[in-house]
Amino acid sequence: MEGQEKTVRGIKTFLKTLVTVVLFIIYMFPFYMIVLNAFKHKRDIIKMPLSWGGKKGFTTDNFVDAFQQMNFMNILKNSLIITCVSVFLIILFSSMAAYIFVRKAWKINQIIFMVMLFSMVIPFQVVMIPLISIYGGTFGILNHRATLIFMHLGFSVSMAVFMFHGFIKGGVPISLEEAAQIDGAGRLRTFFQIVFPLLKPTTATLVILYALSLWNDYLLPSLILTDKSLYTIPIATKLFQGTYSNDMDLLMAALVMAIIPVIILYIALQKYIIAGVVAGAVKS
Amino acid sequence: MNSKKESLWSKVSTFLVFAGPATFAFLAVVIVPFLYGVYLTFTSWDGVSSNKPFVGLKNYAAVVADSSFWQSLGLTLLYVVVSVILVNVIGFLLALLVTGKIKGKNFFRAGFFTPNLIGGIILGYIWQFVFNKVIVYFGDALNVTVLQKSMLSGSASAFAALVLVTIWQFSGYMMLIYIAGLTGVSEDLKEAAKIDGCNESQTTRYIVLPLMRASFTICMFLTITRCFMIYDVNLSLTEGGPYGSTVMAAMYVYQKAFSAKQYGVGQTEAIILFIFTAIIAVSQTIINKRKEVEA
Repeated sequence: MEGQEKTVRGIKTFLKTLVTVVLFIIYMFPFYMIVLNAFKHKRDIIKMPLSWGGKKGFTTDNFVDAFQQMNFMNILKNSLIITCVSVFLIILFSSMAAYIFVRKAWKINQIIFMVMLFSMVIPFQVVMIPLISIYGGTFGILNHRATLIFMHLGFSVSMAVFMFHGFIKGGVPISLEEAAQIDGAGRLRTFFQIVFPLLKPTTATLVILYALSLWNDYLLPSLILTDKSLYTIPIATKLFQGTYSNDMDLLMAALVMAIIPVIILYIALQKYIIAGVVAGAVKS
Repeated sequence: MNSKKESLWSKVSTFLVFAGPATFAFLAVVIVPFLYGVYLTFTSWDGVSSNKPFVGLKNYAAVVADSSFWQSLGLTLLYVVVSVILVNVIGFLLALLVTGKIKGKNFFRAGFFTPNLIGGIILGYIWQFVFNKVIVYFGDALNVTVLQKSMLSGSASAFAALVLVTIWQFSGYMMLIYIAGLTGVSEDLKEAAKIDGCNESQTTRYIVLPLMRASFTICMFLTITRCFMIYDVNLSLTEGGPYGSTVMAAMYVYQKAFSAKQYGVGQTEAIILFIFTAIIAVSQTIINKRKEVEA
């Protein structure tokens, strides 16, 4: 009886594993296809998309060409600057604002916090047109990385403040700060030396969430940055596809190059990324 | 603090130092444009000239009469319903698959989640290649007529392709949230159900599922809001084609404003889309919350 149950369970586990493996292969198939074809000659890609190498054999020229045509170092640099600076500012200013919102029950703090909460339901599309009208038309400050960074900050603070707010309220005892203040530390020093280090779990979650979403963002950057030298990876990929839609070989290499930075980061920080994404979704 | 009561100046400066930058950016990027956007719906602006003639409710009348907008909204609604159901069902099944006793759980989880890490523009182009070249190649090689024509060349099949890519993109994300929910159901409860004579599927149906309502609420909310606003994948995979048959609402709004230069009408449509989404997402959350069980 018990032995039979064990066999049934064994078969079940085996079937489960089998289904999982098959699904896994299906999920990975598109990635496999572009990697495989990025190393082939143009005609081989069309004629035999599934084979290794193809008739004309294996080549790495596609990467060299795509790298140059896309100006890859430049777009990588732009994406890095925009993502890193934005994330840094989001973390810095949101944690500071959340801290003062929790510690001081001033009217203005409560009002701004409430407005931030409600604003979280507004999708980007609703403010897209007026945003371009104001910053492009009235101020004429499109085509600067700083403008985009400022906008990333503005769009991200409400959720970041909300998450820091919850954490500080529930997990940072005020007694620590009082002790520091008795020792003569000013409010800013108290915040950076005592409070900020305690926020690490939330900071990590937010860094991961925003690094990914800002890195991949297309619509807002495409509206702000129309100057070729400022393109980020998603914008450059979009335009590259438009220009080289017949050059499958270059396109494959470009797509592979576009996903490499994220994949490297994912392999290195997989555990944190998964934990961060779950924490971010559940808390918000 | 030296004095018991902080002086106004000290309050103001503390506020400005700590909350100033965040508040300023927030107001300048979200609130001012939002209010200005509401104002824009009462003007007819072409996006170039500096004067924005006030037209009252004319834009709203224009939107009501704009049948292609409603068509696009209807299509989006259909897309949302189909995608939300499939993404969640598949996400949940994936979660069930990778929480059991199988080996290499973390490896599989990481794999299923990978599409979510990559931007919609790039995902769309990857799949465009798969649909246009790889599947067609299969069709030719195996002589299956259905596969010989690219899915992206017919309007119904292009819509299906869009749903497929959406499932592929989001199901891994939902899987992660469902895993968190599944592992949150206490082992004691499952054990108790087993002693009471439940088999595995009964335990899932009557114990685990009701306790996971919170996860469902989150996942439904996330998928509904994301699917309603689909733009990147829509742009890169089908570009609204063939012949404008897969233009979802967000793309429609974009085209109305930036291609047709009817900013007032475009903005009005954006707000209507937002209200539509908000009503559906919020009522879904309220209904589900009511059914949630305290563990």
